[in-house]
Amino acid sequence: MDWMQIISALALVMFIVILFPAALDRMRNSPKGTSSDWMGFIVPIIIIVLLVMLLIKLV
Amino acid sequence: MNQDYPTVAQRSSSALATNKVLRNTYMLLSLTLLFSGFTAALSMFLNMPPMTYLISVIGGMVIAMFVLPRFAHSTAGIGIVFLITGLLGFGLGPVLSMYAALPNGGNIITLSLGGTGVIFMGLSAYALATRKDFSFLGGFLMVGFLLVLLAAVANIFLAIPAMSLMISAVVIMIMSGFILYDTSRIIHGGETNYVLATIGLYMTIFNIFISLLQILGIMGNDD
Repeated sequence: MDWMQIISALALVMFIVILFPAALDRMRNSPKGTSSDWMGFIVPIIIIVLLVMLLIKLV
Repeated sequence: MNQDYPTVAQRSSSALATNKVLRNTYMLLSLTLLFSGFTAALSMFLNMPPMTYLISVIGGMVIAMFVLPRFAHSTAGIGIVFLITGLLGFGLGPVLSMYAALPNGGNIITLSLGGTGVIFMGLSAYALATRKDFSFLGGFLMVGFLLVLLAAVANIFLAIPAMSLMISAVVIMIMSGFILYDTSRIIHGGETNYVLATIGLYMTIFNIFISLLQILGIMGNDD
């Protein structure tokens, strides 16, 4: 294992430790979405998945 | 009857302020993307070693997390945004050089760039046109992002190509969610600082581009 991998792993762990309190706070304080709200998120994500699949076909 | 007038005036001034934040955010975002392109080209021209990417990303993230919030409300914040985005662009140079050296490298880079542009503009237009409130995504996206970071740490040691592909795909989905979340926050007055709004959107674009490069690089490589 080379030193670049070790530094990458350490940097990622550092980001996780720093972001964890913010993630916990947002989990507790975010408003709850209705099923219609979630559909408004899921539909564009499905379109993006299809776009990425199209890009893979094109490459 | 006249009691309604102050409310209408307040709403109108709030809408104007929101439009100003949006306009400034997109203006600064365009300039930082151009600047990143310039520093990436410079880095490719200088033939920087691969470790430049790692150093630039760590440096950029540390400045974004610890320095930028202190200066975000002053004009110095704009300079710091250019420093971060220039640094991240400079780090992209060796990655782009590596992909450009592949047999269909030019195609991979062009498609990744085009795909990133389509995803960003499509999702921004969707959030702006529907004016939906995506604040409910906050916790979900943050936890998802932390889980992806954990998986990325594990994959540094495991080095499984399929897992790497899966991580990149999930990063694109999470970053797409962040585009909706951040744009919705600007529209609904949750984010009034265009410097912070710009760096948030820039990071999503950067991550989508890197992830698309990785996916198309793995899938487009016949070896």
